[in-house]
Amino acid sequence: MKGYRDYFLKKLAWFVVTVVVAFTLNFILPRLMPGDPVAAIVARMAQGMSNATGVQAVYEQYTELFATDQPLLNQYVIYLRNVLNGDFGYSISQYPRTVADVISASIWWTIALQFPAIIVGWIVGNTLGALAAYLRKGFDKVLLPVSLFLSNLPAFGMATILLVIFAVNLRWFPTSGGYDYAMVPSASWEFVWSVIVHYQLPFWSIVLITIGGQAIGMRSMAIYELNADYVKYARFLGIKDSKIIRYVFRNAMLPQITGLALSIGTMVSGALVAEIIFSYPGLGSTTLSAVLGGDYPLISATTLIITFMALIAFFALEILYGLIDPRIKAAQSG
Amino acid sequence: MKQMLGQIFRSGRFRLGFGIFAAIVLTVLIYPLVINDPPLEIVSRGTFLAPGIYVSVYDSVTASTRYTLIIDEAAARRIGSRLTADDRAAMQEWLVGTEIVEEGELNLDDTAALLELWHSSFDPAVRIPGMTNADRNYYIRLTASLDGLLATEGAIVAAPNATTGELEEQGVIEQTDYVNLSEVPNFRVLPLGTDNFGRDVLTELVSATGVSLIIGLVAGIVATTIGLILGLVSGYVGGVVDDIIVFITNLFTVIPSFVLLILISFSIGQEQRGAFTVAVVIGLTSWVWTARAVRAQVISLRNRDHVSLSKLSGHSIAYILAMDILPYIASYVVMALILQISSGILAEAGLSILGLGPRTTEVPTLGLMMNWALIYQAHIFGKWWAYFPVILVIALISFSLNLMNTGLDRVFNPTLRE
Repeated sequence: MKGYRDYFLKKLAWFVVTVVVAFTLNFILPRLMPGDPVAAIVARMAQGMSNATGVQAVYEQYTELFATDQPLLNQYVIYLRNVLNGDFGYSISQYPRTVADVISASIWWTIALQFPAIIVGWIVGNTLGALAAYLRKGFDKVLLPVSLFLSNLPAFGMATILLVIFAVNLRWFPTSGGYDYAMVPSASWEFVWSVIVHYQLPFWSIVLITIGGQAIGMRSMAIYELNADYVKYARFLGIKDSKIIRYVFRNAMLPQITGLALSIGTMVSGALVAEIIFSYPGLGSTTLSAVLGGDYPLISATTLIITFMALIAFFALEILYGLIDPRIKAAQSG
Repeated sequence: MKQMLGQIFRSGRFRLGFGIFAAIVLTVLIYPLVINDPPLEIVSRGTFLAPGIYVSVYDSVTASTRYTLIIDEAAARRIGSRLTADDRAAMQEWLVGTEIVEEGELNLDDTAALLELWHSSFDPAVRIPGMTNADRNYYIRLTASLDGLLATEGAIVAAPNATTGELEEQGVIEQTDYVNLSEVPNFRVLPLGTDNFGRDVLTELVSATGVSLIIGLVAGIVATTIGLILGLVSGYVGGVVDDIIVFITNLFTVIPSFVLLILISFSIGQEQRGAFTVAVVIGLTSWVWTARAVRAQVISLRNRDHVSLSKLSGHSIAYILAMDILPYIASYVVMALILQISSGILAEAGLSILGLGPRTTEVPTLGLMMNWALIYQAHIFGKWWAYFPVILVIALISFSLNLMNTGLDRVFNPTLRE
């Protein structure tokens, strides 16, 4: 197990480093900008809100939270301590809710939407791509242009088109939200059904976009593998086609996992914008409302959380990769 | 060079992609020469006027010459436009619901009989089961609009007398009167209607496409330059420099650049965010892939004989990179630039939808148009002309650039040729 443990520890160390850097960037970037929002918000706090007690509370909380009167290094330490305690302060646009409260209400929607969608899209896309590479001819002729088109359509474009066709024109699905407006979240069947119905369009728009890119990647990867020397050699030896194909696809699959890991950030970003089209109550819509409300604490926290989610997904995929890559297995015995 | 271009243009994909892209660029360049309205000028009151030709009613009425055309279907068409099949069905529903007629007894195509029955029996006070207030208002509006539907006499034009103030008849417009559109001084063609602010969508779209292409180009150049320099230095110099650059590159591969983009754009603030600034910021966050790929290529090149020879001749690092290595990866850099342009345009669109696009007062961009259409819910209200052309243009740009890229890939990577 030594080889795998080394691999795991290496990836873990890398994960920790990326988390630290991402956190630091999240802290330092806004403070380096010409219009430093941290200072600006504290300065104009008085005009920003109509609620007088709210202004006072946020102002005090804010000065304490970001320690704007202290040197940058102290600010960093204080910010780090607060974040570790889950304390992101009050949301400016949704006062008196705290940022942690706003985010914990929306993060599960995003996780429940994006991760299944990306995984389903990845599996379907890879299967289709592999089939196209193996069957060639008619299937490939149809799949390739469709995939090219799908992968070139921006996620928000796909979301808008699905919304217009299936929600506005056909009225099969609702146009917006995560559940019916008239309902209060509860454990009833009606509520669950409402959630499922609202889930469909955002889910499928992300799945379709993912399929496009993955199918193209898998197709060219599998074509490359099918022409590799080991395949020719195996054919010479008279090994059955079905067995060769299993080898081929396992080899073609590995780079696809790396590809997924490397593009997870881009995918999540696209999906966040798609969420906005459907007013899905996840992090994408939260970001939009934070932008519209000039809500710096909320933006800062949301971007940090999204980054962490992407980093965790990346880390998990790396670990998975280590489990199935034969070269790492070989390192274990050797 | 000439031979290479010939080879590139022999690729069908490249030709198709190049054709689409060239058509878009030419449209952006030529359209303003023909129609040079300011793109953000508000041309209408009211929002989302449908695509079509808008003719001045006043000018048509007061046109110097009127022509009489004998068109048989004119009357039927006139009635049809004011009393649609849906309206007829709704009238039948009301008449059946109030039990004035039996289902199937009514001939909906007999307009005169239908109208007569309707006018004699419709009573806004009567309610049929399941009828909402909106339905009732619809019937009242419908009844009012049907007045004079079957009239055959013309409309009278009157003007107030200058001294007495009383209306005096100026003339009669017969139902068979026509004007020649070329004699009407004021009409406006709005091929894609107007947007939520009442601006001409087509003019705005062409201008926005131009701005978005420039944003993509600036972002692409910034990203490619940074990626190229880091990749060259990292791959060629090696050692600690390489380690540091690889570390940074790996970091930014994993940290989602779009999230950094959100954070930076928000921090810059609405006032500072011009189209150019947004483009540069996009470029600054998307150099990672170029850097990785250039580095890999340089590593495979740096021990070639001609590079070693150049090193022995005492050339400087900059000279070797520029003269001995860059030519070998130039094709790759061009391909990377093409992809960066397309992803830069997409990044701008994504940012704008989040409300973090360029400030809105100067120029339109494709992302901003999408943002406006979404904010005013054009997609919910079926105003397709406000959002669909934008999505189509973005998809076409991205599609054509990717096609060109795969076409180039085939030419420069012989292993990919089928």
